[in-house]
Amino acid sequence: MMTDSVVQVRGLNVTYGNGPAVRGVSVDIPARQITAIIGPSGCGKTTLLRSMSRLLDLVEGVRVEGQVLFHGQNIYDPRVDVTEIRKRVGLLAQQPFPLPMSIYDNVAYGPRVHGLRERKALEALVEKELRAAGLWEEVKDRLREPASGLSIGQQQRLCLARGLAVEPEVLLCDEATSALDPISARRIEDRLLELKADYTIVLVTHVLRQARRLADYVIFMYMGELVEHGSAKKVFSNPKEDRTRAYLAGEFY
Amino acid sequence: MGKHLEERVMLGLMIGSMVLVIGSLLLILATVLVKGLPALNLAMLTQVPKGGYYLGKEGGILNAIAGSLAMASGATALSFVLGLGVALYLQLFVRQSSRFAHLVRLALDVLWGVPSIVYGAFGFTLLLLLKMRASLLGGIIALALLELPIMVRGMEEVMGMVPFGLKEASSALGATRLETALRVFVRQAAPGIVTVILLAFGRGIGDAASVLFTAGYTDRMPSSLLRPVASLPLAVFFQLGTPLPEVQQRAYAAALVLVVIVLGISLLTRLLVRRLSRYVVR
Amino acid sequence: MSAGRWRRLKDRLAGRVMGALAFLVAMLVFFIVVALATRARPLLDIQSPVVLLTSSEWHPRQGKFGFLTFIVGTVWVTVLAMVLAVPPCLLCAIYLAEYAPRRLRGTIKPVVDLLAGIPSVVYGLWGILMVVPFVRDVVTPLAARHLGAIPLLRADNPTGYGILSSGVVLAVMVFPVIISVTEEVIRAVPDGMREAALALGATRWQMIKGVALRRALPGIIAAVVLGFSRAFGETMAVMMVVGNVPQIPRSLFDAAYPLPALIANNYGEMMSIPLYDSALLAAALVLLLIVLAFTIMARVILLHAVRRAA
Repeated sequence: MMTDSVVQVRGLNVTYGNGPAVRGVSVDIPARQITAIIGPSGCGKTTLLRSMSRLLDLVEGVRVEGQVLFHGQNIYDPRVDVTEIRKRVGLLAQQPFPLPMSIYDNVAYGPRVHGLRERKALEALVEKELRAAGLWEEVKDRLREPASGLSIGQQQRLCLARGLAVEPEVLLCDEATSALDPISARRIEDRLLELKADYTIVLVTHVLRQARRLADYVIFMYMGELVEHGSAKKVFSNPKEDRTRAYLAGEFY
Repeated sequence: MGKHLEERVMLGLMIGSMVLVIGSLLLILATVLVKGLPALNLAMLTQVPKGGYYLGKEGGILNAIAGSLAMASGATALSFVLGLGVALYLQLFVRQSSRFAHLVRLALDVLWGVPSIVYGAFGFTLLLLLKMRASLLGGIIALALLELPIMVRGMEEVMGMVPFGLKEASSALGATRLETALRVFVRQAAPGIVTVILLAFGRGIGDAASVLFTAGYTDRMPSSLLRPVASLPLAVFFQLGTPLPEVQQRAYAAALVLVVIVLGISLLTRLLVRRLSRYVVR
Repeated sequence: MSAGRWRRLKDRLAGRVMGALAFLVAMLVFFIVVALATRARPLLDIQSPVVLLTSSEWHPRQGKFGFLTFIVGTVWVTVLAMVLAVPPCLLCAIYLAEYAPRRLRGTIKPVVDLLAGIPSVVYGLWGILMVVPFVRDVVTPLAARHLGAIPLLRADNPTGYGILSSGVVLAVMVFPVIISVTEEVIRAVPDGMREAALALGATRWQMIKGVALRRALPGIIAAVVLGFSRAFGETMAVMMVVGNVPQIPRSLFDAAYPLPALIANNYGEMMSIPLYDSALLAAALVLLLIVLAFTIMARVILLHAVRRAA
């Protein structure tokens, strides 16, 4: 049964200077579920993920062909306002990069940039998102301190709060827990499970256990191609393709 | 045994070279201090040359101190605005591999090596073109040109060290290139930017060859952008050139003031960098 | 206009303005050359540039302008400065890059940078107060007594103001440039190479001589060329101790008149003699073109080295 989908990839081809990274990928991302993109390193999963909010624009020497549809509109259309796309499709990267400002200003950065200035509204929003990220209790007394003083697990939760503050519909997570210790990683995973009720989440991971724990929908990629995709239950218990079966069995990674 | 002896000898020569280099610095500073301190008094710092100053009568070098500060500040501010714009443009608005970026960087390398007297001569031709006289504004323009390559190069270097992830994080939140530039890059690079500004200022305040043609000289305090202005390096130069020992002493004092300002800026740089690194992300 | 539209407009506008600025900066050298050449045109129209560069007759009032004396003077001073500066700077850079403990390097480097920050006139002052008397009272008599036979060292000039003094002052002025660039270049040599040599039992110095310096050679040459280029254009300090006598020097003790000094000294009289301003600005143009040539040369050397290493 096909649930509705907000993001659709159509015939995506991404080429870097030294060769193709994503070849002819077409897939619909189901709304309000956690979709995990899995595959061995170098298979193109990070590239596929980043193409969904035009973050590839920032990288040198990249060529993108094909379409990524968001609410029916191709985000690669030159007339599209890319800042609006990125507001609605957020990113949680592998390495947390707190902005060079206080904890409060980090979370308030996005809303401020998009025009929210009123202090009370900002304060309420900052608190709401820090709670949603599970960080509020730890930082509520030191909101004005530099964000760089937080531990790495806290920084990642801060980045989550920061990403949620612009009220996206989709959240892209690129190996969001691989730089963290197991406890912090678990906290992020728990948050994501809670958030899927309101957000569409697409995550890239090289840890199969994590995918099994979190995913509702699975996309398996190999050497830039989309090999198989489907509901997590079906793909994990009964993969159709041999390559998928081999990867899941740990024969290569 | 031969190879160890050779190394010993070379090490000796190396240490000797270090002593030579550092010794030269100390000699220069000592000379300026020893010669300048006796001639330095309150009157020197707080008065402008009165009548007969160059014949040994009263006055001081306040005109030169104020003039230098005014010129260097104006020039640094001007070259900062231009330099920041160019540096941000190269970092955030163009592809690093583009031909334009390469051209600009090549031009900056070349500009960095242009002698200050050539900037002075160029400033002079500009003044002729605009039918202006040697003035504070002329000096500011010439110094700004001199400081520009230092500014842009320095800021490019500093901004090049901003991690890509920061640029990505800001962009991923929907910020425009301009917003990322001003709200994130500048803050992250702030300590480095301050260092560059102070470096450029120090270079500008000490330069004589470029202001020789373009700023003129006067015994009065800086009063208008269109009037000639005194400067410390020229104060040293002119006063040294007189035959009277009393006036030459004043040159030493002026040199001491100049050195103190330049060294003070160096010190200030180190202090400020520490304070501004509070928010910087590593 | 919606908020989003306004932000995009600001972004695009800022991009255009900054791009224009960058373009102007890129064209700046070109503008300078054009401006100087335009002002020098009246002279260049009636006197060929070749004559300008190769004639040593300098009689402005008679309309005779030849830069050779001054170019040669500049070359003498600069070459002497480089000969005096390169060996100690090289040794210093090697020490800092290879032998100095990190804390020592961290203390010494700011000190060297301090040297770079001292204004030109202060160097000149030091030259007048310390170097010139030393040359005049110690070196000149010694040379006159013992080294008179060598033409290069004929000590005819009793004033102390000459190439020797200005070469010494200029040498100290270029210390920081050569040391810092050379040190960086040596440190850029990959550790793998060093380890390979040391593992075979070479002393550190043997490794440096045989491996590190050889690898860093293009960069070192570039550093020297850069230092030469800086020294060539240096005006004030040299002007204050070189004597400013327009003659083609025959000995290190002779006075000379470098090109930058010519421009700086005669600025005041520029407008009073016909074609004098054109001549002096032509001199500035010549200076610029020479320095440009060296800068580009240094860059080309570095480019070749990078390409070879890759």
